[in-house]
Amino acid sequence: MTAPAPERRGSIIRDGLGVGIATGLYGTSFGAVSVGAGLSVAQTCALSLLVFTGASQFALISVLAAGGSAFAAAATAMLLGTRNALYGLRVAPLLGLSGPARFGAAHLLIDESTAMSVTRKTQPDARLGFFVTGGAVFVLWNLFTLLGALAGTALGDPETYGLDAAVGAAFLALLWPHLREPGFRVVAVAAVAVALGVIPIAPAGVPVLAGFAVALVAGLLGRGQR
Amino acid sequence: MIWAAILASGIGCYLLKLLGFSVPPAVLEHPVVRRVSMRIPVAMLTALVVVQVFGSGRDLVIDARAAGLAAATVLLLCRAPFLVVVVGAALTAAVIRQL
Repeated sequence: MTAPAPERRGSIIRDGLGVGIATGLYGTSFGAVSVGAGLSVAQTCALSLLVFTGASQFALISVLAAGGSAFAAAATAMLLGTRNALYGLRVAPLLGLSGPARFGAAHLLIDESTAMSVTRKTQPDARLGFFVTGGAVFVLWNLFTLLGALAGTALGDPETYGLDAAVGAAFLALLWPHLREPGFRVVAVAAVAVALGVIPIAPAGVPVLAGFAVALVAGLLGRGQR
Repeated sequence: MIWAAILASGIGCYLLKLLGFSVPPAVLEHPVVRRVSMRIPVAMLTALVVVQVFGSGRDLVIDARAAGLAAATVLLLCRAPFLVVVVGAALTAAVIRQL
């Protein structure tokens, strides 16, 4: 394998670090919201270290805070993590990894590292983009999670600062890019209807898992779509 | 109980990532599997928005959180970055609660 040409190398590293800083910073909001939801600083940091995929982490604390069971919370987090398996399929041939390297690289497989590698034209470029972005996000996401958790502890009552509203906004922001696809907007509308219908009749955690059922039905029916 | 959820999610999410690196593409590229997995984040994040903003136990309520969501929508339409959207929603809800 050959190294990327020096001028491309610089720009790939800059891009990766830029994405790392932007993504890492919002770890602050995760940290603050997580302690606001009743998790300890240690539990909050463990989530960022071990789960390390933003949507799953926010989902887990949201389900727990609503009074959902540990099972519902973990199931929700894992179902949201399934998209990373699809990213792995796209990224694996670009990285050309084998043996133990795969086990380390897998932990860095997230939205951002995927986006910054699939757009590259050669294997060395894709590899550099993946590891710089994934590494930068990992270090900064965990650092800012800790800072956010400490800040959240100092702030006190989360409702005074609207931290509960911040969680809904975080989900909407994570959802937003998906809504560009018209077929997905239909799925979102169906999910709104189902969630509104299920909340009054089911225990906490179930309305979110009902979202999975919507995805399942939409995927089975949506033949010919993406 | 919280630790159990954290550990299970950590292990599960890691194995999902590793799965993508390890299985032959044909398995996961089955059209139905692909379509369902592309729709999971859409449907579940939407459900999470609804529960987080309008849910209160088994009741549906409209309170300061809804104002926060409206602010977030406006900020997203203006292409604001993630952190601005989240902080904007929090501040909006906090201000409404002070009124």
